[in-house]
Amino acid sequence: MPDSGVFEYLAAGLRGAVSRTNALPNCAFCVLVFGLSATLSYPRGSPRSCSHIATSGAVPAVPRDYFSQYITIGIFVLVGLGLVGVTLQLARLVRPNVPTREKYTTYESGIDPIGRGWTQTNVRYYIFALLFVIFDVEAVFLFPWAIVFERLGTQAFIEMLIFIAILAFALLYAIRKKMLEWL
Amino acid sequence: MSAETWQQVVFWIFALLITGAGVLVVTTRNVIHAALWLVGALMGAAAMYVLLFAEFVAWVQVLVYVGAIVVLMLFGLMLTRAPIGSAEFDNNQRPLAALCAAAVFVVTSVILIGAFEGQEINFARTAGTSTESIGTAIFSSYVWPFEVVSILLLAALVGAVVIARRD
Amino acid sequence: MSGVVDLIGAVALIGLIKVVVVFVALLLTAALVTYMERKVIADMQARVGPNRWGPFGLLQAIADGIKLFFKEDFRPAAADRWTYAIAPAAAMVPSFLAIAVVPLGDHVTVGDRRVDFVIADINIGILYFLAMGSLGVYGVVLAGWASGSKYPLLGGVRSTAQLISYEIALGLSLVPIAMVAGSLSLSDIVAAQAGTVGNVTFFDGIPVLEQLQDIFSIVPNWYIWSQWPAFAIFFVAGIAETNRAPFDLPEAETELIAGYHTEYSGIRFAMFYLGEYIHVVVLSAVAVSLFFGGWHGPGLGILPWLWPLLWFLAKTLVVVYLIIWLRATLPRLRYDRLMWLGWKRLIPAALLWIVVTATVNTEGVSRNIRLAVFVVLAGLILAWVGRGDPRLAFAVNPQSGDDRGSA
Repeated sequence: MPDSGVFEYLAAGLRGAVSRTNALPNCAFCVLVFGLSATLSYPRGSPRSCSHIATSGAVPAVPRDYFSQYITIGIFVLVGLGLVGVTLQLARLVRPNVPTREKYTTYESGIDPIGRGWTQTNVRYYIFALLFVIFDVEAVFLFPWAIVFERLGTQAFIEMLIFIAILAFALLYAIRKKMLEWL
Repeated sequence: MSAETWQQVVFWIFALLITGAGVLVVTTRNVIHAALWLVGALMGAAAMYVLLFAEFVAWVQVLVYVGAIVVLMLFGLMLTRAPIGSAEFDNNQRPLAALCAAAVFVVTSVILIGAFEGQEINFARTAGTSTESIGTAIFSSYVWPFEVVSILLLAALVGAVVIARRD
Repeated sequence: MSGVVDLIGAVALIGLIKVVVVFVALLLTAALVTYMERKVIADMQARVGPNRWGPFGLLQAIADGIKLFFKEDFRPAAADRWTYAIAPAAAMVPSFLAIAVVPLGDHVTVGDRRVDFVIADINIGILYFLAMGSLGVYGVVLAGWASGSKYPLLGGVRSTAQLISYEIALGLSLVPIAMVAGSLSLSDIVAAQAGTVGNVTFFDGIPVLEQLQDIFSIVPNWYIWSQWPAFAIFFVAGIAETNRAPFDLPEAETELIAGYHTEYSGIRFAMFYLGEYIHVVVLSAVAVSLFFGGWHGPGLGILPWLWPLLWFLAKTLVVVYLIIWLRATLPRLRYDRLMWLGWKRLIPAALLWIVVTATVNTEGVSRNIRLAVFVVLAGLILAWVGRGDPRLAFAVNPQSGDDRGSA
């Protein structure tokens, strides 16, 4: 079980590592971590093998049977929904049901509710949802690129760089127009 | 039954589910419920993609359409003063809407049948369309459409920002 | 003809067994985690924690479940009937469905059939996981809207905006993993982390460091070493996705009573509660598979299939412990700071990290240029992220015009 002294120490260490006030340990920590990171992510061995790419595009030992995987997912969905439904029905059988009028009023910190519960929401939420759609589409394009970029080489890299740059510009535009400032 | 027959059975089950959900989208009185039925229809479409060996497209369908675009619609509904829940918001343009829907259906059917008539899925090849081939196709054959997509997304964002800003 | 039916029958039977076993194990783990959280936080706060039911209070979670099961569950008159009814299921189901693609252990051979310890080893497991995360939004938004009450609506919309914001960072943080693994399947990603880092030649010719690099022959080949920025983004975004402290704004009781589930009671409330803990367990399991070598670990000769399962469970519980520790340590973020962190720090950092990983791993660029780009970009990211003191994220003045960390 955790000892508060050890926690204090760990927390202080972490804080020192990320704060600006302790410049020297901060730099030392970052150099250490980045050195390790660079060491391990840098290609080593033969020129074709990148750090972890040994299994790149690997064919699994046993080819996956496409439909049996999805049949199993279907079973999972059905079993899950079934169990949720059964639980709800069972609870309905055993739980008490003592209706009183006050119980069915909307909760509003103890006073009688004023007006209707469905109010208009802020337009900012819509902007965030729109930004979400845009970046979701971007992420979707990144995944097929991620698993072939190594084979396609510099050309695909530059293509994706342009794509990311344009969408990064979109994010920058939203920031500059203060659309991401809350309040 | 052979595997093809099973596929047919599952296809028709999902086709009926999609059609039912689609009808409920346009007939339900509550806009939020309509959005939820739309989720059902889109999930059914994702299942169809799975059935056609296009699993990448299927999960993108769930991720983008169900997870993002319907949420955007829900936010849109919640920020308007639309009479959520109860009131009528029908109008007298039903025949026109029916005509448009029929036209879209006919055009899409003609194009799709013309493009894929007589082609069959090779059932022996059960590996599925790999994400690798999609990636290779995008980044070697369809580079321009891909880059144009990013401009399109940028334009959508700029438009939304301009509309949403008050000053 | 009958061969296919046999095949489908066998697949369905094996699938059913897998599903039921994993489902029960997941529910038990989630119940254990609710107990663990209360016990660990109690210990950190010098309290005793649950100690009444069972030895050391171990049956507390079950007692809670039974209590909620027998509680009256009523629907407010203003609520929208069907949406109100399905919202708890919409919150809970996607959170446990995501476990389907996580490999929980090695395989066993039953007769002539190979049985993998994973429910469904689909080719695009990462996308499946993200899709389930995006479906989880519906539980929150539907519960908030269906209650027909002001606090749930505000809480629901607010937390939906939080979830979708951090979902992007979560998705983008997984792209570098897909890049280094060359696959979107979690099984492939776990398989790529087998063994040790092996011989590192990076420091060849440099006197002291040349000897030091031998140490890598005993270090496990996990992605956390090279992909730690991706893990940092994944972890922070994942905690926000599970509505856990310090990102538990959806149920910020000082502002929103209980957020989107204010109007829920009894078994339906229990479903939201259990769904959250299942989500925590599943997220930790995915983190272990992506960054900590999944089920790989040393085992003994006896029961070779058991050790991977134990390793996986142990690693998952360590990550869960980290999440609980964070809850005991950090105060809740303010909403504008939450959005600042998500949109102006995590998403740009994730995009930059993708570019860095691509630069280091793309063929056709000379070795020195790649190293130089890596160092320059890494320095730039570091300078940019370290620009503001993170403690100032909790500072008082909200009206800072610029996007700097120091408000």
